[in-house]
Amino acid sequence: MEFLKQPWPWYIAGPLVGLTVPALLILGNKSFGISSSLRHICASCMPAKIPFFHYDWKKEAWNLFFVFGIFIGGILAAVLLANQQPVGVNPALADELAGYGITSYNSLIPEDIINWHSLLTLRGFLLIVVGGFLVGFGTRYAGGCTSGHAIMGLSNLQWPSLVATISFMIGGFVMANLILPYILSL
Amino acid sequence: MNNTNTELEKRSQDAMCVNESQLEHTWYYNFKYLIVGIIFGILFVKSEVVSWFRIQEMFRLQSFHMYGIIGSAVVVGVIAVWLIKKFNIKTIHGEKITISPKKFNKGQIYGGLLFGFGWAMTGACPGPLFAQIGTGATVIVVTLLSAILGTWVYGYFRERMPH
Repeated sequence: MEFLKQPWPWYIAGPLVGLTVPALLILGNKSFGISSSLRHICASCMPAKIPFFHYDWKKEAWNLFFVFGIFIGGILAAVLLANQQPVGVNPALADELAGYGITSYNSLIPEDIINWHSLLTLRGFLLIVVGGFLVGFGTRYAGGCTSGHAIMGLSNLQWPSLVATISFMIGGFVMANLILPYILSL
Repeated sequence: MNNTNTELEKRSQDAMCVNESQLEHTWYYNFKYLIVGIIFGILFVKSEVVSWFRIQEMFRLQSFHMYGIIGSAVVVGVIAVWLIKKFNIKTIHGEKITISPKKFNKGQIYGGLLFGFGWAMTGACPGPLFAQIGTGATVIVVTLLSAILGTWVYGYFRERMPH
């Protein structure tokens, strides 16, 4: 049990993430992907007159079960397998973040800047609302996210997925190194 | 679309309540995916893939962790898909496994870059958002709702955007 409570190393977690691909295929011929759930939510909740959201989303209901499971998994991990230690990070990152007033490492998100109160600040609004919007807009425009493209698509040796994955990484590098410092300084 | 409002209400209710009307005939069927999701969610949290800090390390090349996870996941995935095709492995229901190929379009670049921005800002791709909320980071509900809105706005402008 103690072992399970420690953060799991990449060489355990990575292969297990990879096994999700054959698990979903063998359980019911489902291609691994998560961002589509956001579309099914749109299609089920507010399709309006948008053709993109008019399809039989119930056939994709499995995806909503899957993401709901991820949510429950998050609860279980937090309740049963909680690690009392703060999140370990590279000292260089800790130094940089301290400069922006980020010193709390008790959560998987930086509680100092991402919390309900910070929603009303420009910095918090950008990180929480604008960031979330870009995740939803970008993944659908790209036709998939890290799971659909980087893991499922690459597993099936699809070169468009490689293009998408490289684009994700370029976007992330540009944001984290060139733009985010200004946002965090707000 | 005369009954848009009542229909909308019904549908959003179904989504919020994990679609109870579906459960009667397909409960067992979808339950499998809930289980896989639970395992996956635990895995996400315990490997810290859902950690904003880990994502920052990744994009600053300060840690191998995320590269190790994504890299080894892809290696396992490639081998698994290859084995499935090679030995024509069927689903547990005896169905042939099919994976539709992806077609290239410019959205994979434009959308990919935009998602990359969002990934570095929120420290989460769509899956981790659900897990983060589960761990008690309730404000991420706002991020998730905003991501759903982003998907919706994309759907709205889809026909007018370069692909």
